[in-house]
Amino acid sequence: MIDSGDTAWMLISTGLVLFMTPGLAFFYGGMVRAKNMLGMLMQNFFAMGLMAILWVTIAFSLAFGNFGDGGFIGNLDFAWMRNINATTGSEAFALTIPFVLFCAYQMTFAVITPALITGATADRFKFKAYVIFIALWLVLVYAPVAHWVFGGGWLAKLGALDFAGGAVVHINAGAAALAVVLVLGKRKGWPREGMHPHNLPFTLLGTGILWFGWFGFNAGSALGANGIAATALMNTFLAASAGMIGWSLFERIKDGKPTTLGAASGAVAGLVAITPCAGFVGGMAPILIGLAAGVLCVFAIQLKFKFGYDDSLDVVGVHLVGGLVGALLLGFFADATINPLVKNEGLFVGGDAKLLWYQFVASAVTLVFSFVVSFIIAKAIDKTIGMRVTEEEENEGLDYSQHAETAYSFGSTGSMDRL
Amino acid sequence: MKLVTAIIKPHKVDDVKDALKAAGLQGMTVDEVKGFGRQGGKTEIYRGAEYVVDLLPKVKIETVVPDEIADQVAEVIVAAARTGKIGDGKVWISSIDKIIRIRTGELGDEAV
Repeated sequence: MIDSGDTAWMLISTGLVLFMTPGLAFFYGGMVRAKNMLGMLMQNFFAMGLMAILWVTIAFSLAFGNFGDGGFIGNLDFAWMRNINATTGSEAFALTIPFVLFCAYQMTFAVITPALITGATADRFKFKAYVIFIALWLVLVYAPVAHWVFGGGWLAKLGALDFAGGAVVHINAGAAALAVVLVLGKRKGWPREGMHPHNLPFTLLGTGILWFGWFGFNAGSALGANGIAATALMNTFLAASAGMIGWSLFERIKDGKPTTLGAASGAVAGLVAITPCAGFVGGMAPILIGLAAGVLCVFAIQLKFKFGYDDSLDVVGVHLVGGLVGALLLGFFADATINPLVKNEGLFVGGDAKLLWYQFVASAVTLVFSFVVSFIIAKAIDKTIGMRVTEEEENEGLDYSQHAETAYSFGSTGSMDRL
Repeated sequence: MKLVTAIIKPHKVDDVKDALKAAGLQGMTVDEVKGFGRQGGKTEIYRGAEYVVDLLPKVKIETVVPDEIADQVAEVIVAAARTGKIGDGKVWISSIDKIIRIRTGELGDEAV
């Protein structure tokens, strides 16, 4: 039965989540050097085009076909928009919103998840290779993992919980990011050369847009306008706030000054960590989860210097580690009084470690699967057309070398003549 | 004619400009420049990674004046730009061979 209130909220949520991708573009864009700004924006914006088309033609069906089968992959029942409309299809999924809206809402997740990887690969990913990579990745990595967790596949049957995509989105994208940077290699000059952010105001603006859009991401994952959505919204807000405080406090103690980039990063870390937990926990749990994510992620971003992989804008440190923190802490805080879908309560709530084990399995399997398949895709592209821009193109910057444009042209001297 | 060149702290630009105007100077050219001297650099921190910024922003002021007032102009700049802290900058005076006012074609002191 279609509910108008639920439908209204999910229409809005779909818009909110879509808006996160341009938010992410500016969050990352502010952190790259000026010559790579458009390259970063374009990679994110292009995901809104390509992922949407691929989603309705094939990926949605692979993720949500065979719903609830406890298996590994969907089918082709919904390929090419077949059976995706406003009047039928919702019953099988126990949805109170039109089926076409469910497909559109999930589409926004399919857009932002591969886009998250761009932060790790900043300044050196050839655009053509990027496009091919995310297309293959959506079908070969995102769709199966989404089926396992959101599509009633084997991890969902096992008993693992993931409210809005701690594993499907964040662990998945973070593990893929690590695999891709290992294939791509370091930026020229890293870590010796200074590559500090060119526009932190953009990064903070992007953080604000992400925080705003995340209400659609998490509260929308209730798939209705109800109490669980409201709880998820409150939890999302609190975890972002606590993440910001955790990261800033840590910086203040370690480096002497709380930085704006740290505050923004902490908020995002908190948002990442609360994602799997949002509609399953309550009370003070989101604050503890956010705080833990803020402090643990600030440690995690130092790992790249220790191990020498150039995760340029800390996708591994924030999304993989933040996703793991959230997925595992759910094993401690999941509460059946908040959401009846919680069959096994967390260790601190029900005194049973069963859920924690399921969370560990789901996280580990997602991490390994995503890392391995992403690595194979990246290697295959590297061997055929090459993943990386040439050294000359890297010096020139992605804006000009990949897109024949310049992000910023201030001043009136040296104006351009039309050819 | 002399060219008086001063490298000063950016926040002292208005003080120097006002002092030069008060001393009767007719014009000056200002540039935003970067450089290093004895002041050394400063440290910025991005996600825990420390960066040394060793080229610091300064302002360069240039003005061409008749020989006899060059020393006085330099003194006005020094007095107005001084904070007493390291990094206040330098002033130097150099000789100019020729100067032409573009609008009229006037030469020398007439053109200043």
